[in-house]
Amino acid sequence: MSSAHHDHHESFFSKYLFSTDHKIIGMQYMFTGMFMALIGGYFAYVFRMQLAFPGQDIPGYGLLTSAAYNTMVTNHGTIMIFWVAMPVLIAALGNFLIPLMIGCDDMVFPRLNRLSYQIFLISAIVLIASFFVKGGGFGGAWTAYPPLSAKAEYNLTPWGSTLWVIAVALEFVAFLLGGINFITTVMNSRAPGMKWMDIPIVVWMIVIASILFMLSVGPLIAGAVMLVFDQLIGTAFFEPARGGDPILWQHMFWFFGHPEVYVVLLPAMGIVADVMAVHGRKKVFGYKMVLGTAIGTGILSFFVWAHHQFVAGIDPRMANLFTITTLLISIPVGEMCFVYIATLYGASIRYTTAMLFAVAFLVEFLIGGVTGIFLGASGSDVHFHDTYFVVAHFHYTFFPIAIIATFAAIYHWFPKMFGRMMNETWGKIHFWGTIITFNGIFLPLFINGLAGQHRRIFSYEHFNDLTKFQGIRVFATVNLVTLLAFQVPFLINFFTSMFKGQKAGDNPWKAASLEWQCPSPPPHGNFAKMPEVYRGPYEYSVPGRSTDFWPQNERT
Amino acid sequence: MENLVVAASSYAKDIDNLIWIVAILGGFWFFLAEGVLFYFLIKFRHKEGQKAQYLVGESKEELKWITRPHHAILICDLVIVFMAIQVWYNIKQQLPPADETIQVVGHQWSWRFIHPGLDHQLGTADDVEVVDELHVRVDKTYHFKLEAADVLHCFSIPAFRLKQDAIPGRVITGWFKPTKTGEYDLQCAEMCGIGHGIMQSKLYVETDEQHDEWLKKQMPQQQI
Repeated sequence: MSSAHHDHHESFFSKYLFSTDHKIIGMQYMFTGMFMALIGGYFAYVFRMQLAFPGQDIPGYGLLTSAAYNTMVTNHGTIMIFWVAMPVLIAALGNFLIPLMIGCDDMVFPRLNRLSYQIFLISAIVLIASFFVKGGGFGGAWTAYPPLSAKAEYNLTPWGSTLWVIAVALEFVAFLLGGINFITTVMNSRAPGMKWMDIPIVVWMIVIASILFMLSVGPLIAGAVMLVFDQLIGTAFFEPARGGDPILWQHMFWFFGHPEVYVVLLPAMGIVADVMAVHGRKKVFGYKMVLGTAIGTGILSFFVWAHHQFVAGIDPRMANLFTITTLLISIPVGEMCFVYIATLYGASIRYTTAMLFAVAFLVEFLIGGVTGIFLGASGSDVHFHDTYFVVAHFHYTFFPIAIIATFAAIYHWFPKMFGRMMNETWGKIHFWGTIITFNGIFLPLFINGLAGQHRRIFSYEHFNDLTKFQGIRVFATVNLVTLLAFQVPFLINFFTSMFKGQKAGDNPWKAASLEWQCPSPPPHGNFAKMPEVYRGPYEYSVPGRSTDFWPQNERT
Repeated sequence: MENLVVAASSYAKDIDNLIWIVAILGGFWFFLAEGVLFYFLIKFRHKEGQKAQYLVGESKEELKWITRPHHAILICDLVIVFMAIQVWYNIKQQLPPADETIQVVGHQWSWRFIHPGLDHQLGTADDVEVVDELHVRVDKTYHFKLEAADVLHCFSIPAFRLKQDAIPGRVITGWFKPTKTGEYDLQCAEMCGIGHGIMQSKLYVETDEQHDEWLKKQMPQQQI
């Protein structure tokens, strides 16, 4: 690691392509994630247009075949989780924020960090390449259940399905490397005086998420290798006729897949805690309880996976056990929501765009949480499994996580990233345009799901009991198109503010945590004078002080 | 529920009731939490010259606002678990004696149904095998033997609130009892390839007379 003071001149090539600076790597992750989000959003546009206006020419795409429809549905899910939520929430923010927030000059393993991004970039390129190979991209759903995913004669995408598995496996490798780095850095590089309970919650959450990811991903990487072997060299791990078992994949996938929900939820919760504290001028209520609920949720999340498989052919007695564990997870998650609401009690809330997105996260995520109970209860899941109720439910969790919390983070930390402010008026237009249309898309889909509308269907014209709900599908699609249109002002605001925004200064929000006590944008090495820490990160509105924030590194 | 999708099996009502109970208990907490949240959002907005309160949230007195609802939610969870398992047990963990048995086979991309003939026995010469049409008698308990020929499929009848994956290499037995005559959608609810979206069948719930008549119509073709 370099000292903060020496001259640092690098060529463009070494600065932006082979940088080991945590901030540049964070930016690389963020811009790659934003680019992938455009692809994921475009896919959603195309398949929602098909659902609203089946068989018609889609502006900007053309006629959609059922094979291409499946490819888009599959890869929309894959991209939004593995190439948007994870890189932006964990890798981009983790890389950018951890060294700044714990007060050190860089990650412990800068080269490992660079390798992590390079592997991630390759994984994204492999995934994009898979759309253009012979037979087209993989279309067997993001869960990739065999035998469909294992045999080209069934999925008809001989190249696409293999490239898809390889891309996902590479992405996992990238995040394993990144996670090792995050955990080690937080353990070893905290500023002098920073105790475990002085670490900002968002950093804690990224570390807990990285641990969850490391503990859960092993079986799925093994599964991915088995799946590629089944596809390419004719093994039969998942082929029943030759002694394999397709359900084995489902266990390995969901043993990872459910903790994965919390891998992305926890960093989002962390962002919301930090943003609420700063813009509410309020100490986070029950800091230790927030950590306790996060760890409790993380542990429980390893014992709920089979609720995705209630009707998948597992022993029906097992469903009872998983119903109990699944409903129990409502305790820590509900508690975390209560603590967050309690943080707002007695606050002095500034409704900046960042704060609006942070509280919108709570408002919307509660819908996702409550609707999850219908699916965790085995008896009602029989009706809801694989319907649009599930689709609506998990979008009420994932959209707040991957989109709303991310926007809260971007509006909040943009001044630190680029040294300039984003435009608040356009931010608020973007906020309302996004939130209203988001509810316009997914609230109606609960009705579709209640009516028994099943997922991943190219056209409902042949289903007599479902054709009468066409109006709802059109309504949802119109809202989606509007939501996408409202991202244009965001992108313009983002890129113009980067160069032309009002100068931010070091600490525009008057925040107490360490990342605001260094220049904006932070130079190579971050802090002019390495900070020492005297208190926790949320000392706002402390009685008897003239200012309403008390920086962590101020002695008195 | 009934306005959205008809309840045409003996256990459809049980599932609907469970959905209602979850909706009421979950809805209570949801509206309470959102209500408090919005109240705080309005009440505690920034006012000139007013400082926020300094609350740590570590003392027992403060944390009772979290722990009390936490215990109440635990009780709600237990109620839901109890009811959910009851419904589940009835549908999936026990098999009432069958009046008739049918065989269901999922293929890429159609359903094949083997109905017992007029002798009410499956596996005899007068079995009726049809594609994409399932005919059953109202008020009779059916066992189904569910198989898949190639990939995973999911035997799904929303009107019955019935869903069960079909797995190649296994025969999964389940049951249903139709209670309302009519014509309903029968879906494949598990992604099964490029034809997944067109894998639809019709379910006809018929009276005994209608069903016998339909069986007789199928016979001559079967014998040729």
